[in-house]
Amino acid sequence: MSEPTPQAEPVSEGSAPPPAAKADGGHAGNGHAHADEHHGHSEHPFLAHHFDTPQQQFEAGKLGIWLFLLTEVLFFAGLFCAYTVYRAMRPEVFVYAHYFLDTRLGAVNTCVLLLSSLTAAWAVRNAQLRQHKMLMTNIIITIACACTFMVVKYFEYSHKAHDGLLWGPNFAPKEQVWELPGFKKKHPEAAEYAEKLAHAAKEAEKAPPAAAPAPAAHGTKPAENHEPAAKPTLEQVEPLLAAGLIGEKAENPTGVSRPRNAHVFFSIYFFMTGLHGLHVLIGIGIWIWLLFKARRGVFGPNYFGPIDYAALYWHLVDLIWIYLFPLLYLIH
Amino acid sequence: MADHSHGATSDGGHGDHGFAHTTPLSLLVGILAVLLVLTILTVSVTSIDLGSQGNLVVAMIIATVKAGLVVTYFMHLRWDRLFHLILFLTSVLFLILFLSMSITDRSEYDRDLEAFRQSQAQGK
Repeated sequence: MSEPTPQAEPVSEGSAPPPAAKADGGHAGNGHAHADEHHGHSEHPFLAHHFDTPQQQFEAGKLGIWLFLLTEVLFFAGLFCAYTVYRAMRPEVFVYAHYFLDTRLGAVNTCVLLLSSLTAAWAVRNAQLRQHKMLMTNIIITIACACTFMVVKYFEYSHKAHDGLLWGPNFAPKEQVWELPGFKKKHPEAAEYAEKLAHAAKEAEKAPPAAAPAPAAHGTKPAENHEPAAKPTLEQVEPLLAAGLIGEKAENPTGVSRPRNAHVFFSIYFFMTGLHGLHVLIGIGIWIWLLFKARRGVFGPNYFGPIDYAALYWHLVDLIWIYLFPLLYLIH
Repeated sequence: MADHSHGATSDGGHGDHGFAHTTPLSLLVGILAVLLVLTILTVSVTSIDLGSQGNLVVAMIIATVKAGLVVTYFMHLRWDRLFHLILFLTSVLFLILFLSMSITDRSEYDRDLEAFRQSQAQGK
């Protein structure tokens, strides 16, 4: 805790060096600010005084970071639980909403994060082997990948805000789901059919003002007054049914409307990706700090803990995205 | 390999060789390649219809394989202390418990919900 005392002296390893030796900072050559705290460990300038060996210091930090990652898993567990329960209860909402997400952007972000995971793991290796230049390069690539991820996320978010795809009461999609290019490409017949249904429902609403029910914003429309043209085919009906756009009576659908509480998907989406994005931002901060630390050449075989811990954290962030990507973007 | 970190509390002989396992670069790059291939696979398999839950199950299996690779090699749990693996698996166990308990419970409130909806509909 304080300056060397007679009691503290025996703690240091066998050959306690003379006080003069502690100032030279050891092989890393950067002991200056800390040298005084590391009394008796002149060969390890970054060994905190309450540890006996660099290995003990490393193991303690490692246990700490694993405990932290454990709490992180449980932290995200709450959101995964919300997702799981809501998807089990209302699968059609997820089918409906996933047409609004861009799988390509999600896939690009997945690859970017995976690449940054490699460079993070590589950086640990560089630190262990004292490969100074490669360590710097790998940290910079990791930061660049993380920034790319956030830029792509920014475009996704702003696009969604523009299209009215937001959480809770802010949910007011500008486009109907069957008008989306993704939907049209996947289910051309269904898109056409939905267009027809929507048109017919509008007409029916206009024609008999007395008979028309109050336009239900949510749920199925009980507008039974329209004559069915022809029995729709399976290709036309099934995608609409799966997305909750038409009610159970697929035999004779009379209108299309989005599934009830579709906005809950976007609440879950923004909460999960937002919390994950926050972790990425924090990760960028950590890597920038480590970049400055690495530039001073402090990392080596006896002191690479900070890089290792940051990489472990970074891998966990990647791990969460590995699950988020198929759960949010790849809904069949 | 796994127990090299146990005995050596006296750092003396280690010197500049370090005390933790260094993952070979070729292995790291290979894992990344596998992860990218699995990503492409999971995207492309989405367009195939595998039944109502089939696609979700396949996507989750692929994600879990990817997660396993990341944890085993990138997070070098393979060479790490067993205790860290147990810590991690504990968190996963509690995650699974949490999700499975919630999912078995999800329909318990349907009656109340239905009653609520009906009272709302009448109010309108």
